[in-house]
Amino acid sequence: MRAAPDFRAAALDIAAVRGDFPALQQEVHGKPLVYLDNAATSQKPQAVIDAIVRYYTRDNANVHRGVHELSERATRAYEEARGNAQRFLGAGDAREIIFVRGATEGINLVAASFVRPRLAAGDEIVISAMEHHSNIVPWQLLCEERGALLRVAPIDDAGELILEAYERLLTPRTRLVAINHVSNTLGTVNPIAEIIALAHARDIPVLVDGAQAAPHVALDVRALDCDFYVISGHKVYAPTGIGVLYGKLAHLEAMPPYQSGGDMIRSVTFERTTFGALPAKFEAGTPHIAGAVGLGAAFDYVRKVGLAAIEAHESDVLAYATGRLQEIPGLRLIGTARRKAGVLSFILAGVHPHDIGTILDHEGIAVRAGHHCTQPLMDRFGVPATARASLAMYNTREDIDRLCTALRRVVEVFS
Amino acid sequence: MTSDLRDLYQEVILDHGRRPRNFRVLADPDRRTEGYNPLCGDRLTLYLRLDGDVIREAAFQGSGCAISTASASLLTETVVGKRTAEAEEIFRAFHALLTGAERGEGKPVSLGKLEVFSGVGEFPARVKCATLPWHTLHAALERREEPVTTE
Repeated sequence: MRAAPDFRAAALDIAAVRGDFPALQQEVHGKPLVYLDNAATSQKPQAVIDAIVRYYTRDNANVHRGVHELSERATRAYEEARGNAQRFLGAGDAREIIFVRGATEGINLVAASFVRPRLAAGDEIVISAMEHHSNIVPWQLLCEERGALLRVAPIDDAGELILEAYERLLTPRTRLVAINHVSNTLGTVNPIAEIIALAHARDIPVLVDGAQAAPHVALDVRALDCDFYVISGHKVYAPTGIGVLYGKLAHLEAMPPYQSGGDMIRSVTFERTTFGALPAKFEAGTPHIAGAVGLGAAFDYVRKVGLAAIEAHESDVLAYATGRLQEIPGLRLIGTARRKAGVLSFILAGVHPHDIGTILDHEGIAVRAGHHCTQPLMDRFGVPATARASLAMYNTREDIDRLCTALRRVVEVFS
Repeated sequence: MTSDLRDLYQEVILDHGRRPRNFRVLADPDRRTEGYNPLCGDRLTLYLRLDGDVIREAAFQGSGCAISTASASLLTETVVGKRTAEAEEIFRAFHALLTGAERGEGKPVSLGKLEVFSGVGEFPARVKCATLPWHTLHAALERREEPVTTE
C-alpha cells in the first residue's frame, strides 16, 4: 500500500530551519555568510551530518553479507534509505530505486543499458535546449556511436519550452525523450506531465533529469508516469556521491547490467554468471553506504519541514528577489518563465559575471558565475556566462536584501 | 570597497577593463593564438606582428572579465617594441608576481604598469584570469597552434 504524503501545511519556521544548518553559522570575509549557490550544491542539516557520524561510529560494516550484527545493521540502514527514497519519489516498489553516484551516473546507466541496445542508425533522441551538459553529452556520444540523431526542442526568450515544437520532434524514429524537470540555469519548471504524456501517446519512453527539481518540488513518479527519473543527493541536503535512479520495474528487469562485479551476481563460475535480482543487478561493488544513510536522513529532514511549506517559502523569496533584482540599473534576468523554482540567473551591463562573483564573495555572498554546465543555453541567450543566485529552504528576504545592496556596489565600482 | 578589493580592482585595471587598448583584429599577423578558459568563459585571440625578433604590433579581441581584459590590454601596450626574449622575461616576472613563484636567474625585470596586478595574488580564483593573456603570448612566441588555457 502506498503511504499518504505527509506534507505539513504549516508555514516554515525559518529561524529553526536556519539553526539546523551549521555551515550557515559562519562569517566569510568578516560578514555573515549568505549562501546562494544551492543549485550547485546545498548545505547539510545537522541531522544528516549526525546520521553519517552515527553510521561510521556504530554501524559500519559491509552490506548484504549479514552473518554478523554490524553487517545486519548496515544492511538495514542501507535498505531503509532505499525505502525512504521510494517514498520521497513516490515509487511503487523499492526495487525501482537504484542507488547511483548522482544524476549523471543515472543518466549514463540508462544510456548504456536501456537506450544503446534499442538505438539504430537513423533513430532519434529528443532533448531540450535547456539541458545540463550531463543530459546532453551522454546522448551525443551514444548518437555518434550508433549513427543516431540528437534532436533539440527549442525554448522561447523567457526560457520556456515551446511545446508545439517539441511535439513536432516526436517521430516514429524517436527512441527516448530526455529532459529536465527544472532548469539549473533558468529555474524554469517544465510542464513535465504534459511532456511525458505527449511522448507516451507515441510510445516513446521518457527520462526526467530531476536534479534541480528534487529540493523544490514534491515528486510523484507514479503520477508523472515517467520511465526514468534521476536525482543527485547533494542538491537535496544529502552528501555528495550518492543519488537515485528511479526506473519502472519492467524496464529495469529487461535491462542488462551497467557495471559488473561483486554484490550484483547470483552465481559465478568461470563459464557463466547469473545476475542478482533488482536492485542489486545495478549496484555492483560495495556501495556508498554512508552516503545512502545520509540521503535517507536528508529525505526525512525535508519531509519533517514539509515540501509544501518549503515550496511556499521559496516561491515567496523568489518573487521578492525577482522584483528587487529588476530594480538594479543594468540588470537583466536570464530566465523569466511563468513557472520557476529557486534560480535567478542574471547579467549586469558592462560587468562580467566573474567580477560580480568576486565582489559578492567579499561581501560574504556566495553565488555562481559561469556557464553552469549549460553552454548551448548561454549561446541561445547570446551571453558568455551569467551570475546565478539559487535558493534553498533556508534563504530569506534578508539574504536577497544583502545581495541587492552588494550588487549596487558592483554597479558603482564598474560604472 | 574593502582595501584588498581595491587592490584587485585598481583604477588602471577598471579603466583597461572598460576601454581595452589595441582591441582589434590584426590583418595578416605573424602570430595568432587563442586563449580560452572554458569554465569561466574568458576567451581572447592575440595577434602579433614581428620584425625579426622585435614585436612591432600587438592586438587582441575576445570577451572576458575585467581582470583578463585589462591584462590583455596592458600586455599589448607593454610588449610592443620589445624583443621576443624580453617579452618572455616579462611573462615570467608577471607570472611570478601573481603566483609567488621564483622569478629565476638573471637581473630582475621591471614590470612598470603591470605592478597593478600585484593584488590579484590575494584572489587565487582570479589569478588564471590575469595570466591567460600572458600564457597566450608565451604560446604565440613558441609558435604553438592549439588554444591556451590556464584552468
